[in-house]
Amino acid sequence: MLNIEHLTHTYGTGAKAHLALKDITFAVEPGELVSIVGPSGCGKTTLLRTMAGLMRPTGGDLTFLGNEITSVPEGLAMVFQDYRGSLFPWLSVESNVRFPLKRLGLSKADLDARVSESLVAVGLTGFEDRFPFQLSGGMQQRVAIARALAYRPKILLMDEPFASVDAQTREDLEDLVLSVKKKFNMTILFVTHDIDESVYLADRVVVLSKPPTFVVTTLDIPLSDNRDQIETKEDPEFIRLRGEVARLIRHPKSDDVTIPVADVA
Amino acid sequence: MSAVATVPVRRGVTPKVTRGLIGVAVLLILAESVSRLGIIPGNILPPMSRVLLDTAGLIVDPEFLHDVGSTLTAWAIGLGIAILVAVPLGLVLGSFRIAYEASSAVVEFMRPIPSVALIPLAILVFGQGTDMKIALVVYASLWPIFFNTVYGVRDVDPVAKETARTFRLSRVGILARVSLPYAAPLAATGVRISAAIALIVTISAELLAGSASGIGSYILRISSGGGDTSLVFAGTIVAGLLGMLINFVLVAIERKIFAWKKEGVA
Amino acid sequence: MALTASISTANRPRASREPQSARRQWWSRFALRWIVLAVLLALWQLATMAFPSPFFPQPIRIFERAALLWLPGPNGVLTPSMLNDVLPSMGRVLLGFAISVVLAISLGVAIGLSRKFADYVDPIIQFLRAVPPPALIPIFLVLFGTGDEMRVLLIAFGTAWPILLNTIDGVRSIEELKYETATVFRISFVSRLKRIVLPGAAPKILAGVRTSLSLGLILMVISEMVAASSGIGFSIVQAQRGFGFPDMWAGIVLLGIIGFLLNTLLTVIERRILAWQRSSGRETA
Repeated sequence: MLNIEHLTHTYGTGAKAHLALKDITFAVEPGELVSIVGPSGCGKTTLLRTMAGLMRPTGGDLTFLGNEITSVPEGLAMVFQDYRGSLFPWLSVESNVRFPLKRLGLSKADLDARVSESLVAVGLTGFEDRFPFQLSGGMQQRVAIARALAYRPKILLMDEPFASVDAQTREDLEDLVLSVKKKFNMTILFVTHDIDESVYLADRVVVLSKPPTFVVTTLDIPLSDNRDQIETKEDPEFIRLRGEVARLIRHPKSDDVTIPVADVA
Repeated sequence: MSAVATVPVRRGVTPKVTRGLIGVAVLLILAESVSRLGIIPGNILPPMSRVLLDTAGLIVDPEFLHDVGSTLTAWAIGLGIAILVAVPLGLVLGSFRIAYEASSAVVEFMRPIPSVALIPLAILVFGQGTDMKIALVVYASLWPIFFNTVYGVRDVDPVAKETARTFRLSRVGILARVSLPYAAPLAATGVRISAAIALIVTISAELLAGSASGIGSYILRISSGGGDTSLVFAGTIVAGLLGMLINFVLVAIERKIFAWKKEGVA
Repeated sequence: MALTASISTANRPRASREPQSARRQWWSRFALRWIVLAVLLALWQLATMAFPSPFFPQPIRIFERAALLWLPGPNGVLTPSMLNDVLPSMGRVLLGFAISVVLAISLGVAIGLSRKFADYVDPIIQFLRAVPPPALIPIFLVLFGTGDEMRVLLIAFGTAWPILLNTIDGVRSIEELKYETATVFRISFVSRLKRIVLPGAAPKILAGVRTSLSLGLILMVISEMVAASSGIGFSIVQAQRGFGFPDMWAGIVLLGIIGFLLNTLLTVIERRILAWQRSSGRETA
């Protein structure tokens, strides 16, 4: 569905050139939740922006549904880390969810149904007329997720969506992602720097190195589909997997790569 | 900070109003006595009681109301045109750096020209009537609205624009549905500043051109006719009340429209 | 570090990538502004040549007249127009403005510090600041006569309100913690004013001064147009009545230049005073 092959990106040119993404290859298949995890500053956001068509990488092939990504493709939605910036402060919760639908030429009934269905899915019924400033951070991010759901994307990109909320809210939102994934049979690409989160949510984890970034490995997560914040995280398999991801991030086993320590600082 | 701010709001309403009334009363009594005691002769500073009576009389005088209507017409049309020109211009120039750079030298030279300096030219081109007043109001009101819109557009959260892009909104769509609402509160502040300037310019033009009607023309007619100073004061007081009313209404509208702005309207 | 920097440039894809091209960009921007200005001037010239109108003289004529009227002679002698119009105008506006700044800031600090005092004077201030100052000209003529006092006082009165309101606002915006800190260190009232209140309110005060500056020029011009025998405003009206349209336009251009220079001066002052914080230069109500 989403194919990334030998993606590279260099910022700047000449002497000041900075190789951010060295060689990234992976794919996302329909119905999968793939999480991308890597150390802070490893270019996760750059990677996601290139996939969303918000910027062009300097090299490599990106295709979505068989088409090369040159600008934001149809059928893609994104949830940003910065919900404050991403929600429109002058629109009520409902209007924020409605915002991207105007262009789609839906009937009034269809539109209303999508909006209310999405708000139900994220647990925000009763908050339709509130404005973003009247909601907590976690609730604001729920609005952003509801908006993406109502848009019915073929793929949902999430850029560290829960990095700015407190730990308790974060767990609730993680479970929300799992539940809407199941409910809408969504394909989701989830970027995070939190190892537990990446393993807990994903069917597959793509582990990235420090910059210049390459894919250290892609790891299948053979945990059951019914995950639970307490039980799953006690599961020895979960503990083994998170340990492995952590080790891979710290000590990439790829032999042909020397870790450029100077560049990290 | 919060403790200091909330105290007068909660229990300060009544004392605040009383104090305000006391302040006004003291000023009026002072002005009245200065005039009555002959410290300043009555024909220069008429007793306030008479001025207030004259003001009350003016407010219901149909002839004077016609003057007020004339001033307000030019004011409103001019301000309206200025908004229609300045907001789209500010949106575009605020969004595209090159366009802004290209226009900046011209803008920097035109903006400081005091609008009233153009009155003689406007009289030549548009005559002494409403058209002339409107043209001047447009020129004077343009700048605050334009600059505030530009600043507002520059302040638009980049994430908001990217969000709109991921939903495949066109450039024009982003301008209309993201940048415009984002810039609106600041643009509205510009409109409020312009509204005051527009009134100043309208009345200036009326005073100078000797227009057929308008508050400025009324004040000019009475004072140059060697007429009653008290009526001149009354006319000026009405102009002040009008300015207050305009400001009050605009602030109320801003509060209502921009309720989503948590910080409120300054 | 390097990466966060790169991500932020990624938001602005056209941002400069290396110092060389940055410098080139600066030059191209600089060139762009002035080329556009020059092109517009040329168009103005061509338009006035193609469609001659007495009201719209050719810009070349306007600049010729302006040079003749105001540029000092080769021996440095000031022209009569400079002596009789420009200098008196500048004197009036600067004096009126100075009076206004001193009074409005002092009063604003007092009102900003005392809620009670503010309550007493608030309705009066709200009314007086709403009076369009030109409407006061007839009254000021009666009260202060037709001399320069009337003009200086009108300028002072009209420009005082934005400064006053912004000073009040600025003083009120200072956090209580700053005063508490001062109390802990047993700092006297006077030095609190100098070291906490005025610097804390300075950004707002200066924003008010900026708004007032253009108001001051407006009042200078209108007061000279209505009743004066000298000044730039007077000369513009005289030129119009005497059908000296290039002179009228020259006066307008001169006012633009004076406004530009005063504004630049204010920006320099602002930068010095507010070196500790970046000012936005935004107008406030």
